[in-house]
Amino acid sequence: MKRLSRLRRHRAAGPILLIFALFTIGTTFQVASAVNSETPEVADRSVAIEEGKQIFLKGCSSCHGLNAEGVEIAPSLIGVGAASVDFQVGTGRMPMADMSQQAMRKEPVYTPEEVYALAMYVASLAPGPEIPSDELLNYERDGSVAEGGELFRTNCAMCHNFAGQGGALTQGKYAPTVMGVTPKHIYEAMVTGPQSMPVFSDKTLTPEEKISIIKWAKSAEAEPQLGGAALGRVGPVTEGLLVWTLGIGLLIGVAVWLAMKAK
Amino acid sequence: MTARERVAGNVAGYVDDRTGAAKWMKKNLTKVFPDHWSFLLGEICLYSFIILLLSGTYLTFWFDPSMREVVYDGSYEPLQGLKMSAAYASTLDISFEVRGGLLMRQIHHWAALIFMVGIVVHLMRVYFTGAFRKPREFNWIIGVGLLTLGIVEGFLGYSLPDDLLSGTGIRIAEAIIQAIPVVGSYLSFFAFGGAFPGEAFIPRIYVVHVLLLPGIFLALITVHLMLVWYQKHTQFPGPGRTEKNVVGYPLMPVYMAKAGGFFFIVFGVTAFLGAVASINPVWLYGPYTPAQISAGSQPDWYMGWLDGLVRMAPPLETYFFGYTISWNILIPGLIIPGIMFTGLALYPFIESWATGDKREHHLLDRPRNAPNRTAIGAMALTFTLVSLINGGNDIIATTFDLTINQMMWFSRIGIIVLPPIAFVVTKRLCLSLQRADRDLVLHGRETGRLVRMPSGEFVEVHEPISAEKAWLLTSHEQLAPLELPEHDGAGVRRPGALKNKLRNRISRAAAVAVPKATETERKELEGHH
Repeated sequence: MKRLSRLRRHRAAGPILLIFALFTIGTTFQVASAVNSETPEVADRSVAIEEGKQIFLKGCSSCHGLNAEGVEIAPSLIGVGAASVDFQVGTGRMPMADMSQQAMRKEPVYTPEEVYALAMYVASLAPGPEIPSDELLNYERDGSVAEGGELFRTNCAMCHNFAGQGGALTQGKYAPTVMGVTPKHIYEAMVTGPQSMPVFSDKTLTPEEKISIIKWAKSAEAEPQLGGAALGRVGPVTEGLLVWTLGIGLLIGVAVWLAMKAK
Repeated sequence: MTARERVAGNVAGYVDDRTGAAKWMKKNLTKVFPDHWSFLLGEICLYSFIILLLSGTYLTFWFDPSMREVVYDGSYEPLQGLKMSAAYASTLDISFEVRGGLLMRQIHHWAALIFMVGIVVHLMRVYFTGAFRKPREFNWIIGVGLLTLGIVEGFLGYSLPDDLLSGTGIRIAEAIIQAIPVVGSYLSFFAFGGAFPGEAFIPRIYVVHVLLLPGIFLALITVHLMLVWYQKHTQFPGPGRTEKNVVGYPLMPVYMAKAGGFFFIVFGVTAFLGAVASINPVWLYGPYTPAQISAGSQPDWYMGWLDGLVRMAPPLETYFFGYTISWNILIPGLIIPGIMFTGLALYPFIESWATGDKREHHLLDRPRNAPNRTAIGAMALTFTLVSLINGGNDIIATTFDLTINQMMWFSRIGIIVLPPIAFVVTKRLCLSLQRADRDLVLHGRETGRLVRMPSGEFVEVHEPISAEKAWLLTSHEQLAPLELPEHDGAGVRRPGALKNKLRNRISRAAAVAVPKATETERKELEGHH
């Protein structure tokens, strides 16, 4: 007891305890934030905004203007919100590879931290849709697959196809596949309406309905190929192709063989 | 005589005493059929029809052709709790609850696609070899009827499950019905028993799909085969084969074995496809509601050309006296298919009118020896293929990074420009092949062996072809063009001169040919090489 009491009154006790406490808190924070690494937390939002501004000036301003006000070739980003930036840059659509009909999904150019900084900068220009929280995006807990499927067929399938495989739009534009897209990006696409896609505001589709749609998309993605090879899940075109190649090919091959045997 | 033979003889005798079948069997079981792989194409249709009857019967045990609304509580989770028709729910049950149901459904659908492919390839064989000529015109018309009914029957089957895709198809069919001037909307109300979609349509088309049309199919197929039996099968020319005989193998045992074996192979291929490749995954489409539509909604391939024609039609409408005529649906949806199928059915009569050939034909043509017919066929196929490609324009556009607008303009221009090009190219190809045949007969086969003559000249050695092959290449007849009189003896235009002039001109075009090598030409050239 005496020894412990002496240590407690030691000169270095305060600083050591402080270092220990900081270490514990830091480690705990690290572990906790590693679990939810989808949106990197940057302690100071203003630091992120400043960092985002620098990235913006280097990578985006040549098309979107120095103050994101937009020029002829690219729209204004004032008021598009963090969700829009997170979707466009986070899925690699921005920066665009070339000025084609539509920005396509590709390997992201920026790291998640840089995407976050960019999003914070654009969000600082004017309010807009925010990046959905991981709490909101818990589709495994919330939502209903059947309702999501019905909502998808009513609101999305006319462009994205019945199984979310995507489809053609006019003039070379297209609705991309929904398969393999993260729940966060699906959600952001619905609230921001990128490219040809309409905006589905919370009045059109409530956040719960959006989560149901995500739940259905994830269920469709995970669905095994019932009944054999799915043939792309694009409807009868591939079925017709298969029957005109493999189907009749096999049968004609056998017919030739049968006729040969007689000789 | 062994005991077994005695028993068999007794049984046969017992049956024969009561039916008199022996004489009939003896005659027909020894009936001879010519042998060629392309003669088996029609059998593909027959066998897939049998598969369709068997698998379809299995499906009727569980399918509930009703528009009654039910709440789905089957095992497919993504649809649980949704309201749907009993037709759709029972199709889901067939797929997920009934033992072997999904396999049967897929076999049924693949068999339907193979049935239609079989009809088209069989039709191409009959057309390009001239097998439709007298006396087989009626059988040709029955065949065209089977093709048409096959399209309808397939479409009805595609519509029955009442999923999102089939409902979309019915909606388009309704639009085509409504596009008929004057009576369109009445016909639509009549077909649907009121406004679209109503509750009457699925039960109605079910009866047509499982009873009426299969009955008509059975009758037509029976007549089709009886006519083949009665008129004998056509054969390709060859040694000993004439217009008056049939050279081949007897039905029993050779063709029994071949045909029986081929049935199981067709069944095997269909079952293989049904087992490994998903077709019409109705559970993904969801139940039909008129408010929903999917990107890339397509019909099955045998309707794809019709969809393609409708997709490429420019938006033409006229209004008069308060009525709308939708030319953009009427022309591609009804008028062009009407012309196509009428032309197809009447082709044997058109050809015989054009060539003036009214004789019976039991020996087949090589396609190159009827350049005009082959070219017309190529033209029709090109037309259909361009429409079919446009039917899948959205899938093709996204797959190959094209724009749907490019696809549409390619089809709009291609459907007018490409068929005539196909006609000219095919006709030239046929004539070139005739020329090659002529060269082969006259100069023999090029051996590729070069010989230097004493004079220093190099010549390639040609090897004469066998007499049998030379006969094959020269046995076809080349019709002279018609020369119908346009003027009478006094040099005055006679009645009907214009018609005769037209027929003369058409038959001149039909008779264009490279003169085949004659025996004298061949003799003359002998020893030259």
